[in-house]
Amino acid sequence: MSAAVMTESVPLLTVEDLVLDFRTRSGMVHVLDGISLTLDRGEILGIVGESGSGKSVLAYAMMGLLDPAAQIPRGGIRFAGRDMLTESERSLAETRGREIAMIFQSPRTALNPIRRVGAQVQDVLLRHANVSKKEARKRAIAALARVRIPDPERRFDAYPFELSGGLCQRVMIAMAMACNPYLLIADEPTTGLDVTTQAVVMDLIREQVRSSNASVVLITHDLALAGEYCDRIAVMHAGHIVEIGGTEAMLSAPKHPYTARLIGATPGGHESIRDLASIPGSLPDLRRDLPPCRFIDRCERRLDCCATDALPSVNLGADHIVRCWNPL
Amino acid sequence: MTTAIMEAVRLVKRYPTGGGMLHAVDAVDLAIQPGESVGLVGESGCGKSTLVRLLGRLIEPTEGAIVFEGQDIAPLPLRRFVHDKARGRIQVVFQDPTESLNPSLTVFDTVADPIRRLGNPGGRQSLAAQVRKAIALVGLPPEMETRLPHQLSGGQRARVGIARAIALRPSLLILDEPTSALDVSVQAVILRLLADLRSELGMSYLFVSHDLNVVRLLCSRIVVMYLGKVVEEGPTEAMFRQPRHPYTRALLASIPDPARRGHTPWRLEGSASSPIDPSPTVCRFYGRCPRQEDRCAETMPELRAVGSDGVHRAACHFAEEISA
Ligand SMILES: Nc1ncnc2c1ncn2[C@@H]1O[C@H](COP(=O)(O)OP(=O)(O)OP(=O)(O)O)[C@@H](O)[C@H]1O
Ligand SMILES: Nc1ncnc2c1ncn2[C@@H]1O[C@H](COP(=O)(O)OP(=O)(O)OP(=O)(O)O)[C@@H](O)[C@H]1O
Ligand code: SF4
Ligand code: SF4
Ligand SMILES: [Mg+2]
Ligand SMILES: [Mg+2]
Repeated sequence: MSAAVMTESVPLLTVEDLVLDFRTRSGMVHVLDGISLTLDRGEILGIVGESGSGKSVLAYAMMGLLDPAAQIPRGGIRFAGRDMLTESERSLAETRGREIAMIFQSPRTALNPIRRVGAQVQDVLLRHANVSKKEARKRAIAALARVRIPDPERRFDAYPFELSGGLCQRVMIAMAMACNPYLLIADEPTTGLDVTTQAVVMDLIREQVRSSNASVVLITHDLALAGEYCDRIAVMHAGHIVEIGGTEAMLSAPKHPYTARLIGATPGGHESIRDLASIPGSLPDLRRDLPPCRFIDRCERRLDCCATDALPSVNLGADHIVRCWNPL
Repeated sequence: MTTAIMEAVRLVKRYPTGGGMLHAVDAVDLAIQPGESVGLVGESGCGKSTLVRLLGRLIEPTEGAIVFEGQDIAPLPLRRFVHDKARGRIQVVFQDPTESLNPSLTVFDTVADPIRRLGNPGGRQSLAAQVRKAIALVGLPPEMETRLPHQLSGGQRARVGIARAIALRPSLLILDEPTSALDVSVQAVILRLLADLRSELGMSYLFVSHDLNVVRLLCSRIVVMYLGKVVEEGPTEAMFRQPRHPYTRALLASIPDPARRGHTPWRLEGSASSPIDPSPTVCRFYGRCPRQEDRCAETMPELRAVGSDGVHRAACHFAEEISA
């Protein structure tokens, strides 16, 4: 099947009109609505957006990891042509280990708490490369060194609770990279890292991707980081992708009102906290019947049709798509 | 000169690990004045969260004093401190909200719990009002009250952690990376909330963050740590305008910038030296420092005043020569 992963004729990943709801005691929560995107080989796609807008849930869905309370009434996800939503759990587990790797938003809880961190990296290498235990240990230490963990020979034996948040994050990154995946899904991979370490780790991820023609989905709140490393950026708001396009166009000339507000709220060069824009209002209650545009209550560009007509997909050229009746 | 609300004196935390002693926090002095907001930054793994846990008395210091509102709380055994009245006056927002929330408590009960134990819950209605207020202040919609942690996004969990800490209206709020899981708009809400709480209640903050732009907005003073030690501290603007320690300089130079896309800018070479049994006579930054000389491997630089204001201090032999 690796053959299919390599074939250029099928896109590496496609998400098509995906709808996802969660059952809760207080009703259905409509978390993803009509999500569509295509990921090419060798591409770094950034996903940014409001807290709670569905970025992590989408990432989990791409991995075929779904909460038992999740329901998918519509849509599909294909990885190298295979349907991730109907694939058997066994074959999914296989794919996850070999072809898709994920860096989770909360790294310490994603690591095995009672196994030494070096051994956890070593385990991945033993599964993936046909090497001796001794060689795998050597490579694991080198992998820890590459993510700038000081004194990797001795830190090899540390347990997750003995590491700082950022050190755990880097162990997780080392494990994900050790798989040499075709697709790396990184959910806020560097939130625990200072900017100097972040730069080194992001360079490393980019290098590996470029050299093996792999792809990355980078979920981040840091627009500057997305701007520096991503080829394309998708902006999510309340379960919709409201805008997607090439990084430069998105950041310099955003078209969706939400994207523009998001960029405006980024600190940097602001005089004071008072000057910092935020976006009035909050995420709508996702249990209700929602209007076609979920940003409507917070939008000063709304038109009458925004409340009634299904959202358009406006292609502005160069695959810059905005879902809005009155884009900037 | 006001007296500090919190003062750490020669604070030390070491952990025995395989093959030696890990120096997580190494003779740190730190004072926070009432109503002051201090930013703590530094390389991942340099000891920030350990310092946070020491000041919040969640772990035992190896050596040193922690003076909170005039009382040395360092010698109090952890079990006693849990019931000490100081406990409610220092609140900590933890770095990883997923780890620090009880998975079986709803959002409401998570926020209510410290009010019940350490605050003034009053009757059922008074408690509910306090909880709802805290939840609303952090920008969480009311329908989240009945959710369990696993039903929340990362940023929603982080806000529950903040709501829990501010609900008690502590005099010192210690926040460990409180906004790293938040989008910039929600982050703006939280930063404004923190600024308001400070001006209304005179709350003091220790604010740990990797986001230097955020620290610059919120904090009047910055403390920079490197491998267990404070290497520079001073007023925020002075630190940005004229960093005196080579590490601080490197940190400021690495703030991500979309204008650099596709180019690999200058990077700090090598990784930090080991936190396990570091040499007491070698500068902690030696081996990575672009400015280093032989002297740096022979004498550990002490933190000392640089410049004329007396409050900007750096631990580098050549601090006077370093400029942005
Ligand atoms: N099991 C669940 N039951 C009900 N709602 C859920 C469940 N899991 C997630 N949600 C809701 O789904 C929405 C999307 O969550 P998700 O974790 O994908 O957000 P996110 O975009 O990753 O946000 P963040 O940036 O804060 O991590 C949130 O509003 C969250 O409250
Ligand atoms: N319980 C422990 N046992 C042994 N070592 C520990 C323990 N807790 C922390 N350490 C070590 O102490 C050092 C400082 O960790 P700390 O969590 O304070 O770093 P940090 O500055 O908060 O880093 P980050 O920015 O990555 O969160 C690290 O080397 C860490 O591995
Ligand atoms: S569709 Fe209408 S309401 Fe929605 S963002 Fe566009 S202009 Fe605003
Ligand atoms: S003392 Fe020497 S090694 Fe240390 S920071 Fe200064 S120049 Fe660099
Ligand atoms: Mg998330
Ligand atoms: Mg930490």
